[in-house]
Amino acid sequence: MDYNIDGLAPVVITNKIEITERVFIYQFKRAFNFEAGQVIGISVFDNTDEKMPRMYSIASGNNDELVSILFNVKETGWLTPLLAKKEVGDTIYITAPSGNFLDNNESAFWIATGTGIAPFHSMLQSGSSGQKTLIHGARKLDSFYFEDSFLNVNHLSYIRCCSQEEGNSIYFGRLTQYLKEYNNLPHDQKYYLCGVPEMVVEVRDILIDKGVPYQQIVAEIYF
Amino acid sequence: MKQELLGKTLKELQEIVGELGLPKFTAKQIADWLYKKDIQSIDEMSNLSKKARQLLNEQFEIGYVAPVKVQTSVDGTKKYLYPTATDKFIEAAYIPDKDRATLCVSSQIGCKMGCLFCMTAKQGFQGQLSTGQIINQIKSLPEFEKLTNIVYMGMGEPFDNIEGVMKSTEILTSDYGFGWSPKRITVSTIGIIPAMRTFLANSKCHLAISLHTPFDEERKEIMPIQNVYPISEIIDELRSYEFTQHRRVSFEYIMFKGINDSSKHVKELARLLNGLNCRINLIRFHPIPGTPLEGTSIEKMEQFRDQLISKGIMTTIRKSRGEDIFAACGLLSTKELLKKQEGDH
Ligand SMILES: Cc1cc2nc3c(=O)[nH]c(=O)nc-3n(C[C@H](O)[C@H](O)[C@H](O)COP(=O)(O)OP(=O)(O)OC[C@H]3O[C@@H](n4cnc5c(N)ncnc54)[C@H](O)[C@@H]3O)c2cc1C
Ligand code: SF4
Repeated sequence: MDYNIDGLAPVVITNKIEITERVFIYQFKRAFNFEAGQVIGISVFDNTDEKMPRMYSIASGNNDELVSILFNVKETGWLTPLLAKKEVGDTIYITAPSGNFLDNNESAFWIATGTGIAPFHSMLQSGSSGQKTLIHGARKLDSFYFEDSFLNVNHLSYIRCCSQEEGNSIYFGRLTQYLKEYNNLPHDQKYYLCGVPEMVVEVRDILIDKGVPYQQIVAEIYF
Repeated sequence: MKQELLGKTLKELQEIVGELGLPKFTAKQIADWLYKKDIQSIDEMSNLSKKARQLLNEQFEIGYVAPVKVQTSVDGTKKYLYPTATDKFIEAAYIPDKDRATLCVSSQIGCKMGCLFCMTAKQGFQGQLSTGQIINQIKSLPEFEKLTNIVYMGMGEPFDNIEGVMKSTEILTSDYGFGWSPKRITVSTIGIIPAMRTFLANSKCHLAISLHTPFDEERKEIMPIQNVYPISEIIDELRSYEFTQHRRVSFEYIMFKGINDSSKHVKELARLLNGLNCRINLIRFHPIPGTPLEGTSIEKMEQFRDQLISKGIMTTIRKSRGEDIFAACGLLSTKELLKKQEGDH
């Protein structure tokens, strides 16, 4: 990829999917390599003079032909309302992939709320090995993004916690409540947390309170 | 709701007077009243025409907000609480020390960065502070006249509010504003690289980086930002700037018992910082509720300091101030007030 002096390169949107209200998956052709769990910066401009790109976890597998990102629109925000107006065929600008929130290919817990599920989807699609327990928290039943990919995977135990709606095989309550009720959390596995700061900090406190060494907790905060 | 004039840069004041159809020089006059004098209302801006004051009054107010509460420590440190229009609170710590008086200001309400050892992290993020709200912590301080230094080390990550930091430091250091030397101001960050670049390219104020451990894996465990902006990249970036007595870079290093206080750490710090003109401030850890971390003893800290000095790194141990009133480093939080508010509603 040819990145310009501000570290940005153009890509053309090939698919735009609104998976639930104001939550989108955008896809574009992959012309770079990355490790599952990494992020890219995105802007609607080809420079950083006025605004810095925002960061997004790559949600697709590292061998997929298309790169996917998943985002929800913050109506008072800068980038996401503009990004949501883009259509298939439009150009957006991305930075090179970066970041160290990487899979360990061992047994581990993956804990996410909202769009924080994206890096775990990438890890799964990239052939993550090891027994994983994925706990995803959302308010509404339609917000378990990528749930079809996570259901019925042999080495994945997939738990959905929905705080506002009841559903079949879904824990009714907040993810933090689910964790508080979880007995015998292993102390020798890594816990990967991804999502908004409040969730990460609260979950980390719960895990530590349950005896998980803080060194086993790896957090990616969507600040 | 009226907009606050406090916190407007000269350029923004020029835009405002332009829109109101007032002469251009009015902007400089308003800046004088805001930043060099002490008035409580727009009506007191006596060198402005009556029409100008009337037009301003229709849309603006000065924006001073007095602190609603102060707690005083046995060591003289004071923690001030400022209210906001959204019922949230801002904390600032006033730290007198011999011939210096430092104000530690907040840049956000709460913080998003989630550092394991920090009380502010536990309250989450409630919002950005406007430039006016940052300047107000300074200008509405009862001890304003005594202040010699400002440090951006209160609640929040300053570089996650780069606009507020750049504008407020401009106002503090410009001739039209407070006219302070940038040497009196230090901005402290965990190292958000793009914003740090903007700061280094456009400001002459000192920079402090929260380092806390030179090892990647260890830093990841206590500071999630390490996944995004590793310390080695931050240091590489710093190497392309010149640091002197006029603009210093320092590193903050909170000491955790058995975690980051070994000779292995001294060695790695020396390697990491090799060739960079900098200093390290060692800080005692003030345990927060539920923390798995403990502070290193003062004797061990002194040994660590001496080892670093012997490696040629200027190192000091920061005096701990205001511990009894939770004003010390890493202890600022208005979470209890938020909870009380939620209970009240
Ligand atoms: C490493 C990393 C990975 C990320 N990955 C993703 C991803 O995969 N998908 C995704 O959707 N987002 C992700 N984000 C978040 C993303 O980068 C943007 O911050 C987000 O999309 C909002 O951008 P914006 O420009 O629209 O809003 P902004 O202009 O940045 O601000 C949004 C609005 O919300 C407010 N606000 C911002 N944060 C908070 C908060 N925590 N609590 C309350 N109010 C807040 C702001 O004050 C503002 O009003 C990631 C962030 C990081 C750091
Ligand atoms: S140490 Fe600073 S950056 Fe980290 S959570 Fe606390 S206030 Fe935020």
